[in-house]
Amino acid sequence: MQTRMRFALLGLLAAMALPFAQSQDLKSFEQKITTKVLPNGLTLIICERPEAPVFSYATFIDAGDVNDPSGQSGLAHMFEHLAFKGTSQIGTRDYAAEKLALAKVEAANDAYEAEFLKAVGRDPKKLAELKKAFLDAQVEAHQYVIPNQFTDVAERNGAAGVNASTGLDDTVYFWSMPENRLELWAWLESGRLADVVPREFYKERDVVIEERRMRTDSNPEGRLFEQFAATAYVAHNYGRSGIGWPSEVSQINATEAMEFHKKYYVGANIVVAVVGDVKASEALPVLERYFSRIPAGPKPQEMTTVEPKQFAEKTVAIQDAAQPIYLEGYHRPDYRDPDAAVYDAIGDILSNGRVSRLYRSLVRDAQIAAVAAGFGHYPGDKYPGLFVFGALPLPGHSTTEMRDAIHKEIDKLKTADVTDDELAMFKTRTRADLLRGLADNQGLANSLAEYQTRYGDWRELFLQLDKVDKVTKADIRRVANEVFVPSNRTEAWIETEAPAAQQPVQKDGGAR
Amino acid sequence: MKSAFGISLVFAICALALAPNSLSAQQAKPWEQIPIPKLHAFKPHQPTRIELKNGIVLFLQEDHELPFVSGSVLIPGGSRDEDAAKAGLVSLYGQAWRTSGTAKLNGDALDDLLEAKAAHIETGGDDDSTALSWNSLKGDSDQVFSLAMDLLFRPQFNAGKLRLAQQQMAAGIMRRNDDEGEIAGREAAKLVYGANSPYTRQPEFATVLSVNVDDLKAWHDRTLGGKLIVAVSGDFDPAAMEAKLRAAFESLPPARPVPTRHDVFPGPKPGVYFIDKPDVNQSNIEIVALGTDRRNPDVPAIAVMNEIVGGGFASRLFQKVRTELGLAYAVGGGLGFAYDHPATFDVMVLTKSATTVDATRAALAEISGLTTRPFTDEELARAKDNILNSFLFRYDTREKVLAESERLEFYGYPPDYLETYKASLEKVTVADLDRVAKKYIHPEKCALLVVGKGDEIKPGLDELKLGPVQPVDITIPMPSQPPSAEKKQ
Repeated sequence: MQTRMRFALLGLLAAMALPFAQSQDLKSFEQKITTKVLPNGLTLIICERPEAPVFSYATFIDAGDVNDPSGQSGLAHMFEHLAFKGTSQIGTRDYAAEKLALAKVEAANDAYEAEFLKAVGRDPKKLAELKKAFLDAQVEAHQYVIPNQFTDVAERNGAAGVNASTGLDDTVYFWSMPENRLELWAWLESGRLADVVPREFYKERDVVIEERRMRTDSNPEGRLFEQFAATAYVAHNYGRSGIGWPSEVSQINATEAMEFHKKYYVGANIVVAVVGDVKASEALPVLERYFSRIPAGPKPQEMTTVEPKQFAEKTVAIQDAAQPIYLEGYHRPDYRDPDAAVYDAIGDILSNGRVSRLYRSLVRDAQIAAVAAGFGHYPGDKYPGLFVFGALPLPGHSTTEMRDAIHKEIDKLKTADVTDDELAMFKTRTRADLLRGLADNQGLANSLAEYQTRYGDWRELFLQLDKVDKVTKADIRRVANEVFVPSNRTEAWIETEAPAAQQPVQKDGGAR
Repeated sequence: MKSAFGISLVFAICALALAPNSLSAQQAKPWEQIPIPKLHAFKPHQPTRIELKNGIVLFLQEDHELPFVSGSVLIPGGSRDEDAAKAGLVSLYGQAWRTSGTAKLNGDALDDLLEAKAAHIETGGDDDSTALSWNSLKGDSDQVFSLAMDLLFRPQFNAGKLRLAQQQMAAGIMRRNDDEGEIAGREAAKLVYGANSPYTRQPEFATVLSVNVDDLKAWHDRTLGGKLIVAVSGDFDPAAMEAKLRAAFESLPPARPVPTRHDVFPGPKPGVYFIDKPDVNQSNIEIVALGTDRRNPDVPAIAVMNEIVGGGFASRLFQKVRTELGLAYAVGGGLGFAYDHPATFDVMVLTKSATTVDATRAALAEISGLTTRPFTDEELARAKDNILNSFLFRYDTREKVLAESERLEFYGYPPDYLETYKASLEKVTVADLDRVAKKYIHPEKCALLVVGKGDEIKPGLDELKLGPVQPVDITIPMPSQPPSAEKKQ
């Protein structure tokens, strides 16, 4: 139910002279993990970790808000909310009657929208009537609803951490449960993936718009990041608001959400990972039975849009009531690029902890910033994202100082090799961080599902270490020189405006 | 246009709720046919507890799944115990302790050494304690432990590192009014406890800048004589680890008892409070009063009541304000209970400016409803299922079991607290719920705080007819001597 700014710590992998070989980790996991691709294309992963009688799961949909059709930004996230509303079997008093009522809601919305969107000749009286009809239809449909029954059954059966997240790249559903509820979970989860009903859609849309107000409109960082991405991209959907532009998310309809579901919630586009006190030999047949309900369907075609090369520096300057923030981003390749691990190395050396270059130069030594960091990929990593640098100035220091100090550090990367110690530290730390994550059912379920989706094989979680191990000082210097150039840069900052002068806030809801 | 639409929908749905419902209860419930086998037997792995003669307590929790060893030393005394004129001291101490390092190895050198091994030693301060913690790969654990003990017993506080921490805190003070939610949470707590309470007083430029290195040393020497709780977990040999810990802690003088606190908790002055935030389009609404503490025997019944009022998707607040009215994404709350002092009663709703009054009314109605709308057997059964069936997640990892043991030890609760608490939860009845609601829920004693964009909040807060709307001043007091350079526009 939340949009996500994912820093994919598990994406930062490293291998080094630690007291265990990576092949041992992989081998021990191969013994614990069973994978099965069902006839409908859906992949099941079971990882046996019987530390306590519980399990966690992650359902990974290879579609996110980057896949929202034009004019429908926020749709993937809106659909994710719908997936908590139940199915034809749960959450309804009488599905046959509800289905008819929902069709009337949709027709009433269509009629209202058609009048509302008339640029010329919109009739206010007719519009009011249509709106009333739309509201009446919702009231009619509502009488069949048993609100929140889907989540209620999950929670009454001990589900903990019931949630989902929609990013630009993907959508993930997850929770943890006592192990004796595995079959019940399989019924619930496969049901909502296969048989979602557009129940209470229009009220939930209001909820999502409140989520936007909270995360973006009413939050200075939210406002800055949204404008930053929107400015950095001219063609690719990474430039579009993930939670949706107000005018678009407020006009998404249930038909569009169901079309999105039909296209993207097909077996070939879904990986489900279960980690915990589960025996694959017993669980697999059960899971197979339930998850076979999900429709087969071709893996949706990849998008054709590739962000064209940026050829001019861009800036976003926001005058705001908030204290100053500085950001700059450079277009970089996606997660499959041979240099992906090089970017991870740069991010680590620049930003990880009190030994990092940006901390030491801006925070500790120059004492101009409270925080300074450079991080991997924003707003996503499935497609070419931005390598972002950011800093919060100390009181009395300006965003210009942040920019100059960051550029000085970038120049150092371009003109001199990082040290052997820095490179070794990157490899050691990221490797250890990966290992630390392996003891958590939920974290592991998410990682296995993500790697299975992104690489077609969860083993890549470990095999990526080879690429990390091969990163050299020359790679870092080469990439820095190629990518951190002014023509590839977008700068964005907040400058604090004088308190007396109020700036107009973006008005609510856009068109509606 | 959007907002008008939202309101009329609210009324439409309210009308429906009043209409008699002639529909059948529900179609078949296929999920009830799914067998639920007996849960696999499970006994949480308890850590070994060793009490030294000087009163210091050690916990050892073996866990050989991964090749790491981690540990912590919990030290009684936190920001609620600091001098009000030096508010922020414990936070500065928590930072500068580690960044300063020891006489042998300064903080920067310590950073280099540890990070090369992917190891960590950190220090920090909380409201009732400070702590030092460490974590490393097994192979480095002896060295990291000995570095951590050096930092514990032989720190060398450094004026430059204190200055750095002061600058960071000054930046935090300067930025504390940027985020609406941060303002609402902070100011709501101040309404409950009082602005000068040890639990809510704010560090200001003046108090932060008045802290010096001697203050840090004095704090360290004072608190280190308290009853320390040392907890180690991970991939180690228990006999060898016990010997190491004994060698480090056994020779310390007898631990001084923690002085009893005599805090006064009057609760908020009822009324409507408002903070204008012109750069938002959503109001943060907080309805607050004084909560209770965990020693209160009513806590199990209160916990069940909380589940019903604001616990999950099926809670009254979520069902009404979010699902039924579509007025909020974030809504929740309940009567809080802390381990050793009263927490707050807090219900919060985030809604667009124009529906502030509607959402406030809806939340207030749910609060009043706790004493006027009797709890049902169905609500009780659901809340108990929710809490008891997920109770397992309080101790499903060795790390959680260890943390719970430390917590109980720190606050002086019996080691079997979780078991007795669970047994009490099972016994809660509808009569208990009605009783605790009447006893603890007093809408007339609540304060209402709204942070939002004043000129968009229409109808205005005066429409609530809860008394005059009192503005809260959150202006940041600027020091006579600026923290660094002059603030630049």
